[in-house]
Amino acid sequence: MSQPRDYSMTGDDGRAAVARGLADAQWYQTPVARKRLKELMQRSDGPAIRDTVLWLGLMVAFATAAIALWPSWWCVPFFAAYGVLYGSASDSRWHEAGHGTAFKTRWMNTAVYQIACFMIVRNPTTWRWSHTRHHSDTIIVGRDPEIVGMRPPKLGSIALYFFGVFDLPRGLRTMVRHALGRISADEASYTPESEHRKVFRDARIWTVLYIAIVAACVVRDSWLPALLVGLPRMYGAWHHVLTGLTQHCGLDEDVTDHRLNSRTVYMNPVSRFIYWNMNYHLEHHMYPLVPFHHLRELHDEIKHDLPPAIPSIAAAYRQFVPVMFAQRTDPSVCIHPQLPAPRLADGTLGA
Amino acid sequence: MSTWTDMGAAGDIEQEDVVGVEIGGRAYAIYRSLDDVYYATDGLCTHQQVRLCEGLVMGHIIECPKHNGRFDYTTGEGRGVPIRENLRTYPAKVVDGRVLVDLG
Ligand code: FES
Repeated sequence: MSQPRDYSMTGDDGRAAVARGLADAQWYQTPVARKRLKELMQRSDGPAIRDTVLWLGLMVAFATAAIALWPSWWCVPFFAAYGVLYGSASDSRWHEAGHGTAFKTRWMNTAVYQIACFMIVRNPTTWRWSHTRHHSDTIIVGRDPEIVGMRPPKLGSIALYFFGVFDLPRGLRTMVRHALGRISADEASYTPESEHRKVFRDARIWTVLYIAIVAACVVRDSWLPALLVGLPRMYGAWHHVLTGLTQHCGLDEDVTDHRLNSRTVYMNPVSRFIYWNMNYHLEHHMYPLVPFHHLRELHDEIKHDLPPAIPSIAAAYRQFVPVMFAQRTDPSVCIHPQLPAPRLADGTLGA
Repeated sequence: MSTWTDMGAAGDIEQEDVVGVEIGGRAYAIYRSLDDVYYATDGLCTHQQVRLCEGLVMGHIIECPKHNGRFDYTTGEGRGVPIRENLRTYPAKVVDGRVLVDLG
């Protein structure tokens, strides 16, 4: 049985990854003709404006209905729907707007990014830098701060992620720490010092906002304000965890080919709306400049060179859950996707 | 002292696009703007040495293919995170249909 690994950003595995050339490495990319890639990378505001109006509009509608029906049980389905849009759709909006690819217009990305960060309780600055590292060193142990399926996996904790049991308290604790002007060693390893001032400033603004929510609950003697702001990060988190776990769980660590550590899963249109097409996750990692609304086309363009896409969310769980159970006793167990034979320049299959 | 170096045919670069050229083991990026002006910069992103010629040109901005870092390729100025160092630029001109760049 192999030794447990050190997933912190300041430990031995991180140093070993640097020594082995796994940090900031050259990654495999399926070739795409420049002309076609340029088409796929083109930005436009239309799809993201449509989806954002729908996203925020539905939130207002569900919240209005929930407030009107509060405190009867009839408000529950409306809070449930509102919660998913708040606590799950904010994850994909954080992600896409953070890349700056969702909208063509820069300020729109920034605005949605800030709103989504607040909802998902992720500091806009530290999380931007952690995600930059996630793209440089995807699932490289000791380098990637966004690894969820650490081995051996703590399956009980992962199950509780579905209810935001750890994420919200951790997010709030981190916010308070930042508001007090403190940054952790892990955060400091990927967030340049020149950015720390922004980290603290945003955390202080958020702290005031969260104190206002708590005060509103106390003054009104009601949970309603917190059910609208803050708690949806718990009761609405399940969908972003459901989809997010399919990205890398059970796949290999310390490889420099996204085909071996990332997964593409076909999903229903509702999940794709909430998840903003991040089910094409392998494609996103290979070509991060391609906006969410072109990922399906990118998938069609390069799927001949990728492992077969997983046909559904359920099929993805059937693939990685047993592997994660096995990793509890043998962390070296993982999924090795079957890679297609490489094609020669004339399009025929290589040996 | 100027040393104008031939970087290739001007017509080989599409409008609002970039190509990569390697000279003496060093990478350069050559841009053609929408108004048909040519520019040259170092070919690797100052963040993590990724080839900018695989990025996206939008107006006077080149966006890096790895972490979406942005530069104004006419001045080399970095535009926001994760870019913390500007890009070196070089004078460029077109003579007889060839792009010449002063590599200094
Ligand atoms: S390598 Fe260019 S932005 Fe990171």
